Amino acid sequence: MLPTIQICKADSFKDVRGAILRKQADQQLGINTGKIKPTKVFAINYPLTEKAVTAFANECLKDVITDQVFINHFLEDSQYQSFIAIAKLPGVTDDEGISAQMALADFTNTQIDLNTQHIFSQEIFYIENYLSENQLQTIAKKLMGNPLIHHISVFSLAQKKSALRNLYIPFVELKVDQTTQHIDLNIPNEALLQLSKDMILALNLEEMQAIKNYFNRADIITHRAAQNLDARPTDCELEILAQTWSEHCKHKEFSAIVHFENLDTGQTKTINSIFKTFIKGATDIVQKNLQSNDNQWLIKVFSDNAGVVQATKDLLFVWKVETHNSPSALDPYGGAITGILGCNRDAMGTGVGGAKLFFNTNVLCFGPPNYSKDLLTGQLHPKQIMEGVIKGIEDGGNKSGIPTVNGAILFDDRYAGKPLVYCGTGGLMPNQYAGKDAWKKPIDTGDFIVIAGGRVGKDGIHGATFSSVELDEHSPQSAVQIGSPITQKKLADFMTKAAESGLLKSSTDNGAGGLSSSVGELAETTNGAIVHLEKVPLKYAGLKPWEIFISESQERMTLVVEPQKVGDLFRLAQKMEVEVSHIGVFTNSGFLDVRFDNQCIAYIDMDFLHNGVPQKKMMAEWKTPETNTHYSDQLNSLDLNKITQQLLADYNIRSREQVIRQYDHEVQGKSIIKPLMGQGRAPQDAAVLRFDFDSYEGIAVSNGINPKFSHLDPYQMSCGAFDEGIRQIISVGGQLPNTQKNDGIFWSVNDNFCVPDSAYDPISNPDGKSKLGQLILMAEGLYDMSTFFDIPLTSGKDSMKNDFKADGIKISIPPTILYSMTAKIPDIRKTVTSDFKQAGDLIYQLGETYDELGGSALFQILKIDAGMAPKVQKKKAKQLYLAIMEANKHGLIASSHDLSDGGLLVALAESAMDAQLGAHIDLDHLGDYPSPILLFSESHSRFVVSIRPAHQAQFEQILGNRAHLIGQVTNQPELIIQSNNQVLIRQELGQLMNAWTTPF
Amino acid sequence: MIKALIITGFGINCETEMAAAYQLAGAQPTIVHINDIFDGSCNILEYDIINFPGGFSYGDDLGSGKVMANKLKYKLLPNKRTLLDELKEFIANENFILGICNGFQFLVRLGLVPNTQLTFTQEATLAQNDSGIFEDRWVYCKVNPQAHSPFLKGIDIIPVPVRHGEGKLILAPQLSDKILQNNLHALTYCDATGQPAKDYPANPNGSAFQIAGLSDTTRQVLGLMPHPEAFLSLYNHPNWAQLKNNNPNSREEGLGLQIFKNIVNHIKTKQKKWISSK
Repeated sequence: MLPTIQICKADSFKDVRGAILRKQADQQLGINTGKIKPTKVFAINYPLTEKAVTAFANECLKDVITDQVFINHFLEDSQYQSFIAIAKLPGVTDDEGISAQMALADFTNTQIDLNTQHIFSQEIFYIENYLSENQLQTIAKKLMGNPLIHHISVFSLAQKKSALRNLYIPFVELKVDQTTQHIDLNIPNEALLQLSKDMILALNLEEMQAIKNYFNRADIITHRAAQNLDARPTDCELEILAQTWSEHCKHKEFSAIVHFENLDTGQTKTINSIFKTFIKGATDIVQKNLQSNDNQWLIKVFSDNAGVVQATKDLLFVWKVETHNSPSALDPYGGAITGILGCNRDAMGTGVGGAKLFFNTNVLCFGPPNYSKDLLTGQLHPKQIMEGVIKGIEDGGNKSGIPTVNGAILFDDRYAGKPLVYCGTGGLMPNQYAGKDAWKKPIDTGDFIVIAGGRVGKDGIHGATFSSVELDEHSPQSAVQIGSPITQKKLADFMTKAAESGLLKSSTDNGAGGLSSSVGELAETTNGAIVHLEKVPLKYAGLKPWEIFISESQERMTLVVEPQKVGDLFRLAQKMEVEVSHIGVFTNSGFLDVRFDNQCIAYIDMDFLHNGVPQKKMMAEWKTPETNTHYSDQLNSLDLNKITQQLLADYNIRSREQVIRQYDHEVQGKSIIKPLMGQGRAPQDAAVLRFDFDSYEGIAVSNGINPKFSHLDPYQMSCGAFDEGIRQIISVGGQLPNTQKNDGIFWSVNDNFCVPDSAYDPISNPDGKSKLGQLILMAEGLYDMSTFFDIPLTSGKDSMKNDFKADGIKISIPPTILYSMTAKIPDIRKTVTSDFKQAGDLIYQLGETYDELGGSALFQILKIDAGMAPKVQKKKAKQLYLAIMEANKHGLIASSHDLSDGGLLVALAESAMDAQLGAHIDLDHLGDYPSPILLFSESHSRFVVSIRPAHQAQFEQILGNRAHLIGQVTNQPELIIQSNNQVLIRQELGQLMNAWTTPF
Repeated sequence: MIKALIITGFGINCETEMAAAYQLAGAQPTIVHINDIFDGSCNILEYDIINFPGGFSYGDDLGSGKVMANKLKYKLLPNKRTLLDELKEFIANENFILGICNGFQFLVRLGLVPNTQLTFTQEATLAQNDSGIFEDRWVYCKVNPQAHSPFLKGIDIIPVPVRHGEGKLILAPQLSDKILQNNLHALTYCDATGQPAKDYPANPNGSAFQIAGLSDTTRQVLGLMPHPEAFLSLYNHPNWAQLKNNNPNSREEGLGLQIFKNIVNHIKTKQKKWISSK
């Protein structure tokens, strides 16, 4: 048995963690545990005398004030009857073990190989009550660990001695196998497909045939023979092709030829790539419009890890948002933390690299926390997913020192199988590093390939191909990875320093597909590369060469370094304790040449690798669903006070404060409009940050998303989400782009499509055509909005298989699109927050309300399946936004809040509650619709604003008939809404606040 | 020019705003990776004030600030001394040290505050918040005028953000009397009117005696959980929009900056005195 150190709090100190676990077990699982005492155990696989172990434990691990420590034996306390031990599985990131090793190295002043694991941490929980094995397993799996990444053992007092004597240590035991297999592709079609399945290549028959034909080409046989490769491809070559051609990397469905039939009109059309037609197509037009008006800020779109715009005269802004859904369904914490850290690396690996990470955003879609349907095999409860994901976002952002400034949480039963986890990161780069443009990515033949950061293990093998298949109860465990924010923080600091010192020529991140993707993509510039895989540092011996090349181990960047700068770069890395390795060189051979111990194991034509994938052909159709418009009777006799309470407590509306506070939203000191403002609870429409301390120039950040309309009208759902992103930025005082020559008002938007499987199959996916039809309508909405407003898409992503399948049941998400928007704020001091400022101020609704209750929060509460989705009236919206911009130019608006979920009523309540200023509202000036429509319709492009009475004339002159005076801010702490001289709603602000702050 | 050294590396992440604070306060800030000190390329004794900013050094894996404190205590410099030895000399030379959040956490673990015996041993700890979670929230802090901290001169009540999961101060037995008698509790959580913050969330972590910041007995070292460097501008305050709406002439400077101005001015005055006394 290895020497062990056990640490726990002395009984005289409050153990918060234990108390929380006890409460959760009781409330969530109905298990009465009695007291729970968490302890930490470090097992030391390093030659130390017992004296040294004791000294290390007492000096470096124990808190002298609060902790007890036990060396080579364990806490004995007869009041505890049951035990749970949670260790990591072999190869899973163990940050505490690694940090203990660093402490040991400092303590002993010796060189310890910090990249090999010598100290293993685990937790042992002492539980007061005697619990059954089943109960202990339930507590362990729901509250303490996840069997995909943790080794869980449970035992009783009687078993304790032997269990602790045989404590599980997650040694990695692998038979070293460095062989490379050759695989014969000259086999029948069914066998080819089976091969794709068995190797988890996720390639279809056509793709397998294209690969087979390639390897049978005479020129290829000759080229490969010259490298001592026989005609059959190697495992490494097939894996490289599968990664590079994966849906995740190649976006085959967004690039497919789609045959689209409109069943309403009978018209058909062929779309050659949704991406090129609608997304890139829109940005191309926007770019032309911008340039014709001398607006030159759109620097780089779609061709790099993130989009780049000119932010100020000295700074470039880098913006990337993407999803991490499948991993978050399996291991919510690990999925979310790798999601946000991966997104950080995209920003870090744009252009030359080394962007300073400026802020994070996150938009999360879950099943409701009170989900009561039976869970399918492998399905985690939405509440467990939510808690894990939020913790992952928290650690990913907080521990990296990046403020999480904006986000959203949505709930819908249809996300109970697969949650959506959208992570966004903004970064800043100087225009130039050492005299070279920072946004460019130059690479020349002879430049070295250097990798930096974490080591490579088996974790994450097949991540890219995995996310392209649906989840089932057999999903492989290696798909789960745990991020290490501290490892990445070191790497990020190093990247910034290396870039600023001119030591980096270019860089990219290692995400899906690992080295095979990062090197494969960079090598396109020079048309070739040689990689020596034996030079890649490993976490542990035993990986096959192909595994090294495609592993998705986290916190790694691939750097392009000029040979004469390698020495300086390595010295910097050593100082900052970041491991770097020179693993190859870029060539112009036309081939990706991968070697292990100098033996060639893959030799693939660059052109075939990147352009050889056959274009997918897909079918789509669309029929507008019938709209049920018979609901007016149900609006007649509503108890509006009760509905007000229900709406404010609705999962999709209630305050997110308890989540938001767990995210650091102001580290770096540049956050100006944060998620909670005013007295500390007022929710805001968009975040605003300043770029630096010596200027007031800044940026606004918003997120537009409303999947609840997608089943009614996917086109309008997409337009509405786009409008929501815009109006939130207008609300905080932002400006539309391209309204004047060379005005410097950049916009940079990421689109993220998440849809259920949309590939038609008569048996497994019979409604695939209409699902793809929905997707096309969403993309048309994007195109129309982007080109109308001259707002460009600069980067984005699509996630195509958001279905959870188990036990013969499929849970599919609603088609969802997120527009993550950023825009220049010339002077952050002129921005506007949502909360009322002063009694006596006049309250206006800006924009028009229509009978658009379909999908609304009201109808969800009333369970009415009827009504139209709100339609975006683009021209009216733009006129309104221009007028608001004019009013803001004169500083006329004291508060502004956009109308979204719950409509006018919720916006009024949110503006009033935290400010502790009431409002007296009269609906009579809002038109002839019945009050429930005026109060709860979710028509787009509307705002509630308040202004000083002194500004009334000027304000009304600018806004004209777009502004409807509906009331006044009052000193009375209540919200009164009347119509026709009748009070409809009277609620004290305290009552509203109580409903709105209902905990999750 | 007053020279402010700002330490970074291994997960420290508030160094930029800390440097901005000193810049705005009229000092010359230098951000240095801690390994620049360990390899001898930076000599801390050349500075007037050393700052340990907030962050998550080593991920707070073994307890907040623990691994970093351990490094300062045991890892040897090229001159075979520890960085703690150098810091002791730095203090003996009448220089100043400021630790914020994670920086405070390792000042406490290093025994630099409260250091009632001048033995540089750990006398207190910063444990997990009573709420059990990391929280970002603005609180009010009251300055103890009897603490005579040169950092806090002229400040009575200050709103500041706290952003931590481990900020609950626990004192070693019998220490509380010493702290209170010697007025080492320089900063305590209070409500908007300055009354002691008995309950959550005004006392955000359950800290003993509502303590938010501790001085050492020389008054040269200050550690605090809240982040004054995140309040350099009025526009950092969550209610800036109302403050400015209701009083368009509000000062654009954030109240947090005063702490940095105070110490910079204090050092300047001290140096002038020293020069004139020569």
